[in-house]
Amino acid sequence: MFRKNTLVLMFVLALFAFAVSALVYPLFDRETMRLGLDLRGGIHMVYQADFSAIESGKESEAIDGAIAVIERRINILGVTEPVIQKQGADRILVELPGISEAEKAKRLIGQTALLEFRERIINQDGEEEWLPATAVVSGQEKILNSAYFRENTYIDTGDFGEILLTFEWNSEGSKLSGEITGRLIGEPLGIFLSGEPLLGDDGLPIAPIVRSKITDRGQIEGLSVTEATELSQLLNAGRIPLPLTPIYDQTISPILGADFIDMSVRAGIIGIILVMLFMIAYYRLSGILASLALLFYGALVLALFKLIPVTLTLAGLGGFILSIGMAVDANVLIFERMKEEIRTGRTLGAGIEAGFNRAWMAIRDSNVTTFIVCGILYWMGNILVAGAPVKGFAVTLFIGVAVSMFTAIVVTRTLLRLFVGSRLAKRTSLFSVSVGKR
Amino acid sequence: MFDIIGKRFRFFLISGIVILIGIISLLTIGLKLGIEFKSGSLMTVDFEQEVEQSQLKQELVDLGYANAIIQRTGAGDFLIRTHELSADDKLQLMGALEARFGRFTEPEFSSVSPMIAAETGRTTVFAVLGAAVGILLYVTWAFRRMPRPFHYGVCAIIALIHDALVALGIFSILGGILNWQVNLMFIVGILAVIGYSVNNTVVIFDRIRENLRMDMSADFEAVVNNSLVETLGRSINTSLTTIIVVLALLFFVGVSIQNLVAVLIIGIIAGTFSSVCIAPALLVVWDRREWGRFIQWLPLRVAKAKK
Repeated sequence: MFRKNTLVLMFVLALFAFAVSALVYPLFDRETMRLGLDLRGGIHMVYQADFSAIESGKESEAIDGAIAVIERRINILGVTEPVIQKQGADRILVELPGISEAEKAKRLIGQTALLEFRERIINQDGEEEWLPATAVVSGQEKILNSAYFRENTYIDTGDFGEILLTFEWNSEGSKLSGEITGRLIGEPLGIFLSGEPLLGDDGLPIAPIVRSKITDRGQIEGLSVTEATELSQLLNAGRIPLPLTPIYDQTISPILGADFIDMSVRAGIIGIILVMLFMIAYYRLSGILASLALLFYGALVLALFKLIPVTLTLAGLGGFILSIGMAVDANVLIFERMKEEIRTGRTLGAGIEAGFNRAWMAIRDSNVTTFIVCGILYWMGNILVAGAPVKGFAVTLFIGVAVSMFTAIVVTRTLLRLFVGSRLAKRTSLFSVSVGKR
Repeated sequence: MFDIIGKRFRFFLISGIVILIGIISLLTIGLKLGIEFKSGSLMTVDFEQEVEQSQLKQELVDLGYANAIIQRTGAGDFLIRTHELSADDKLQLMGALEARFGRFTEPEFSSVSPMIAAETGRTTVFAVLGAAVGILLYVTWAFRRMPRPFHYGVCAIIALIHDALVALGIFSILGGILNWQVNLMFIVGILAVIGYSVNNTVVIFDRIRENLRMDMSADFEAVVNNSLVETLGRSINTSLTTIIVVLALLFFVGVSIQNLVAVLIIGIIAGTFSSVCIAPALLVVWDRREWGRFIQWLPLRVAKAKK
C-alpha cells in the first residue's frame, strides 16, 4: 500500500515538474501562451459579401478572389499572423492581432479601390455632370477604370518635385483609353475613387485636361506622398470583386490588452492565496494538503493551456479563475465526508478511504452539469460571430473542472494516505475533527 | 440540529418577494440590451483633459446623437453607445470630439449590425433552452433508480429558473440605475451560474439518494432535512471559496467582464440559497402534495407580521 502511494506521489511530482517546465521553457514549439484578440489587442471584423452583381455559380470564386485581395492588402501593413477566412458561404472574417493602426487597416480592407475615369457633360438644365467615360472595344461598351491597370503602379517625381502616381494600361485598357482620350482632347477627365471624386492634397477634385491621346501609361498628379503611396499599394493589391459591408467590428488597442493580462494575473494570484488561507484556516492539515494540490492544479491547467494550445481571452481567464474556486470543491466534499466518517468512530485511514469513495459519486454527478453547460457554451461560441470570448470561457472552465477532479482524487488522496502513516495522523484535531462534540 | 425543511414556506416567501420585485422591475424598467443583442456601436474613449459626463452628453446631443448612452468607468474612461456607426460616421464623430475636448485615445471599439444581433439573440435562446433541457434529462437520468426521478430533475430546473430570474431582476434594476446592460458576457455568466447552481443541488440530491437507500422506510422529510444538514458545511464552504475568487476578479479586472463577474456573484448567492432552501424543500412539498398548504399559510404569516 505504502509502496503504491510512493509511486503515485513520484508520478504526481514528475507531472508537476513537467508542467512547471512546460510553463517556463518552450516545449513542443510552444514559446508562449496563445492570446486571444482581446488580450493582444487588434481587429476582429466580419464582412458580409453582396452577391447581387455576381453571376450565379460564380459566388464562391468571387469571395475567394476577395479574400486573396484582402490578404495582399494586409501584407502591406506587415501584420504578423493575420487570419482571413471565409465564414459560411457569404462572409469573410478578418483578424489582425496586435495591430495599432486600426483605422488605417480598416480603410485598406474596406475599399473596393476602383478608380473610375469620368467625362464632364453639361445636361439640359445647364448643370455639369460627371458620367463614366465609355468606349466600344471589341463590340462591347466598356467603362474606363482601374480594372484595366497593370498591377505595377508606382510613385514618380516630376521635374518640379511633384508627386506622380504612375500606371500602365493593359492591352484592353490601352485600346479603351486610346479611344476615350482621343475623343476628349482639351476636355477634363475626372478621376473618381469608389464613386467619390478623388481629392488632391489641396482638397480639390483631380480632373486633368487631356492633352494628347493616351495609350500606354498615365500619371495622376496632385496627391500627397502618403495618399499616393497608399493608393498605389491598394491598386497593386487588386480589386475586390464584390461589395463587402462590415457587419461586426471589434477593435482593441494592444495597450488595453496588456493591462487586462496584468490585472487577470493579479486577480488569479490573490484568488489562489485567499482560497488557500481559507482552506488552511478551516481544514488545517487537510487544508495544507489541499493547498499543495491547488498549486499543482494551477501549474497543470496553465501548462495544458499552453500546450494544447488554448487561445486565452479575458473571459477565458475569468473561467480559469472561477475554476480555482470550484477546484477546491472536490476537496471540500471529500474533507467534509472524511470528518463525518471519523466522527462515526472510524480510524483516520478508514475515514479517508470511505470519505473518498462516498464523495466520488457526488463529485462525478455534480460536475457533469458543469460539463453540459461548457458543451453548450462551446457550441454557442463556435457559431456566434462574436463568440470567441464565450468559447474561451467554455474551454478554460471545462479544462479547469476536469483537472480539479483529477487533482482531488489523485493528488489530495495520495498526500493524505502518506500522512496516515506518519505520527501527525494521531492528532485528529489537525484534520479539524473534534470527536465527541456531537 | 437545524430544521431547514420545516421552515420551507418562509424560504419560498423570501424567494417569492425577491423574484416579484425583479419581475416588477423587468415589466416596468425592462432590460437594457447590449449591442450584441440590439446592434449598435460601443466605444471607450479616454480624454487627456478632464471632461464632465454632462458636457460629453451635451456635445453628443449637438452632434445628433441624442440617443447615445454614456457610462463612466472606474478608470475614468467613458463608454459611449450609439446606433451602428459607419466608417465615415465614426471618423466624423471622432473629429468632432477631438475638436471639442482635445486629444483622446480609444482603447476599445465594437460595432454590431442588426443581422448579427438577431443571430446572437436566436443562438442565445437556443443555448439557454438547450442547457435547461440537458440538465433536466441528466438529473432525471442520474436519479433513475429512485422513485420518481423526474421530480429531482424538475426541482433542479425550478431552482435554476429561480437563479436566472433573480439575476435578471437585479440586472433590470442595475440597468435602470447604472445603465448596466445585458450583453454576451451576462449570458455566459447566467449559463455558468446555471451549471454551478445545479452542481450544488445535485450534491444535496445525491446525499438524499444515499440516505434513502440506507433506509427506504424513513420519513422523507426527515431524510431530506438530514441530508441537507450533512451537506451544509460543504455547500457553504464551496460557495465561499468561489465567491472569494470571483471578488478578486471584480476588484482587479475592471469593466469589460464586470457583467460576467456581477452575474456570478448574484448567481452564486442565489444558487446556494436555491440549492439549500428551495430545491430540496420542493421535493418534500411535491412528495406530500401540499402545494395548497403554502397558499393557506401565507395569510397567516402576513397577519402575524402585522402584529
